[in-house]
Amino acid sequence: MPLPTPQPNVRVVTLRIDDRDLSAREDETLIEVCRENRIPIPSLCHLDGLSVWGGCRLCMVEIAGQGRLVAACSTRVAEGMEVRTDTERLRHYRRTIVELLFAERNHVCSVCVSNGHCELQTLAQRCGVDHVRLPYRQVPYPVDSSHEMFRLDHNRCILCTRCVRVCDEIEGAHTWDVMNRGSDCRVITDLARPWGESETCTSCGKCVQVCPTGALVKQGTSAGEMVKDQHFLPILARRRHAR
Amino acid sequence: MHLEDLAEQAAQYRNEEAHIEREVRVCVAASCQSSGSLPVLEALKSACDSRGAGSCKVKGVGCMGLCSAGPLVAVADKDCDLNESVLYRDVTPDDAPDIMAGVCGAPVERLRCPTDQPFFSRQHRIVLEHSGLIDPESLRGYIAVGGYAALIRALTEMTPADVLREVTTSGLRGRGGGGYPTGLKWSTIAKMPPGQKYVVCNADEGDPGAFMDRAVLESDPHRVLEGMAIAAYAVGASKGYVYVRAEYPLAVERLETAIRKARRAGFLGAKVADTQFAFEVEIRLGAGAFVCGEETALMASIEGLRGQPRPRPPYPAESGLWGCPTLINNVETFANIAPIIREGGDWFASIGTEGSKGTKVFALAGKIKNTGLIEVPMGTSLRDIIEVIGGGIPDGRAFKAVQTGGPSGGCIPEAHLDIPVDYDSLKTLGTIMGSGGMIVMDETSCMVDVARFFMEFCMSESCGKCIPCRAGTWQMHALLDTLTKGRGTRADLALLEDLCEVVRATSLCGLGQTAPNPVLSTLRYFRDEYEAKLLPDA
Ligand SMILES: Cc1cc2nc3c(=O)[nH]c(=O)nc-3n(C[C@H](O)[C@H](O)[C@H](O)COP(=O)(O)O)c2cc1C
Ligand code: SF4
Ligand code: SF4
Ligand code: SF4
Ligand code: FES
Repeated sequence: MPLPTPQPNVRVVTLRIDDRDLSAREDETLIEVCRENRIPIPSLCHLDGLSVWGGCRLCMVEIAGQGRLVAACSTRVAEGMEVRTDTERLRHYRRTIVELLFAERNHVCSVCVSNGHCELQTLAQRCGVDHVRLPYRQVPYPVDSSHEMFRLDHNRCILCTRCVRVCDEIEGAHTWDVMNRGSDCRVITDLARPWGESETCTSCGKCVQVCPTGALVKQGTSAGEMVKDQHFLPILARRRHAR
Repeated sequence: MHLEDLAEQAAQYRNEEAHIEREVRVCVAASCQSSGSLPVLEALKSACDSRGAGSCKVKGVGCMGLCSAGPLVAVADKDCDLNESVLYRDVTPDDAPDIMAGVCGAPVERLRCPTDQPFFSRQHRIVLEHSGLIDPESLRGYIAVGGYAALIRALTEMTPADVLREVTTSGLRGRGGGGYPTGLKWSTIAKMPPGQKYVVCNADEGDPGAFMDRAVLESDPHRVLEGMAIAAYAVGASKGYVYVRAEYPLAVERLETAIRKARRAGFLGAKVADTQFAFEVEIRLGAGAFVCGEETALMASIEGLRGQPRPRPPYPAESGLWGCPTLINNVETFANIAPIIREGGDWFASIGTEGSKGTKVFALAGKIKNTGLIEVPMGTSLRDIIEVIGGGIPDGRAFKAVQTGGPSGGCIPEAHLDIPVDYDSLKTLGTIMGSGGMIVMDETSCMVDVARFFMEFCMSESCGKCIPCRAGTWQMHALLDTLTKGRGTRADLALLEDLCEVVRATSLCGLGQTAPNPVLSTLRYFRDEYEAKLLPDA
């Protein structure tokens, strides 16, 4: 009789999320378990297939016995964990964070090419943001149309760095980076040269597809047209990591 | 090398200087240098040479503490400390002949700064025990006062577990701000499987108003290296980094000299003190971003990446530099290690309070008579520090508040001045010890303005990675600006309080999580000042 093949040494834990008993592999993060079980967790910086960033803070959840909130995207499951994903307090925080984003740059959806296909817009609707309590910052940022196929509009950028990570981790070009500090942060191509002059960009378009807003779009699209397709990401990521 | 060899070296050096009876010590730390102590040192040296007196030595030393009175010069019998010396303040090169004449004769009264005042007598110097006494550039000077004996003792007479036990017994808590028990941190890293491990000294010191770490590095750099080497031995590390801000050129220079000399003498390198223990230290310069003091951002910066924090866990103890277990401690924390090994953990634990052992170095700044550096036992009351040691508020003004803990801390009003300074008491007042900056404010300060100042700092120092800190501090600063200008409404105040809560609870790292503290604490004790500035309700 053949011996059973040894399983890799990953244990399974059980935990409770929003009063549901669930099981998970011990190397999984809370956001992965929630997504598997169709528990909605808002997020803007996390994408399955890219490294964990932890910047948008929208995925914060409460854990029983812990005073501090934790980000679901960067927190591993643990045996017996009791998690709440949708309390009054969390809803208030998420709403405020989305408002902070809207007030930080210029998000006038009606004239945006991503109108109707934008993750920020969808999230705002889900979080019940019907108006913004905070004053708009009103800083006009430049638009970079120098690339023959794509366009970058800093006014719509939320600095989630998905473009930075996909270009570095999946495409391997590392065209993107972030410069400056605080609200003056900006994504840049190469050493802050126009995208069209970039010597590293392969024009693969991955950054455009993963961008959650209208910051990265195809040239020639007009309001409401820019549909994005991200299904390639987990597949490519798995192939890359399998190597 | 054995302890006897080291003792012999120390004796030899003392022998060479046996003919010297009196020392003229000139502070050459950054503060006194900026008020002109180097020409004073030169003038004293040539005045000394021209007298041909062989029994007197003029030397540059580290910080003596009372920086506001610099340049400082101390004249003392050899081996006598600051309290027993004749101290001169505001010295100019023209005073050199008089001072030299007074070395053996009557002191120069017009320059004297009494050392029997509480500023000196109430201090308890452990971290700063050599500061102002030894020449920071001289390795032999350090050895002559017992330097590196603790390291050799640890390497030759103690196991790493023994060292861990002493540090744990001492009750030392991290001086970088968090107050995490040092022994516990060290044991966690020691328990990680053997392999590449690192020791990092955090000398970024970005808090406005703080200069404790700078003074230690400029005054006694070998002390820090010795502490790091003992730590490396205890946790099993072979490589260390000192992360210093580039704005501290003098500290960097002295540290470089110290590393070079320590390596040549065998206190660093492949076989430290002829044992099997190897330890190399390198300096990394920070470009002056406050967030790079945060440990995960600091490590990213050492690795050559953008200095941005990452979520913890994993903590550096588990996955630090290049994924290896990494011990990261503050300058002052490391500077406490050699005396703990020398005198024992129990000795250290007998100083201070129940939950906070030892002493703490504070940088007194703002509206206070004696600005400068002090070291006092934990548990000393704030009133003692400000009114007695600090000499109170100048110009007959009234005290209003003291800000402790830098941009992450808070303001304490008069009513709470009798509280003992330790980690836990300060927390109950809504502030923290932080790294030890203390900014004193008198009745002329507007507390809303103070809150705006700290918020402006956090806003411009935010790394921009996470939204609540990046955009939240911007909005809070704008609101505080409106309020200070008297254009704010009750709704603005409510919005400000709401943002404090969101930014505190959701930011990724300590910078954002603590950025609201100055606002919260001024609101707690000085709410009337905010209210007085509001526009009348519509
Ligand atoms: C924004 C921020 C800035 C910090 N700056 C410093 C610093 O300048 N020096 C320092 O020693 N610790 C600083 N810290 C604390 C360190 O992250 C870390 O906790 C400390 O160096 C650990 O050493 P300790 O255990 O000896 O205190 C900072 C923390 C934060 C969140
Ligand atoms: S198009 Fe491709 S290579 Fe060019 S920046 Fe975007 S992801 Fe990088
Ligand atoms: S350009 Fe798009 S993907 Fe890149 S950081 Fe901005 S919003 Fe995110
Ligand atoms: S809290 Fe501020 S400094 Fe810390 S990661 Fe977020 S943006 Fe950066
Ligand atoms: S998804 Fe977790 S912080 Fe953005």
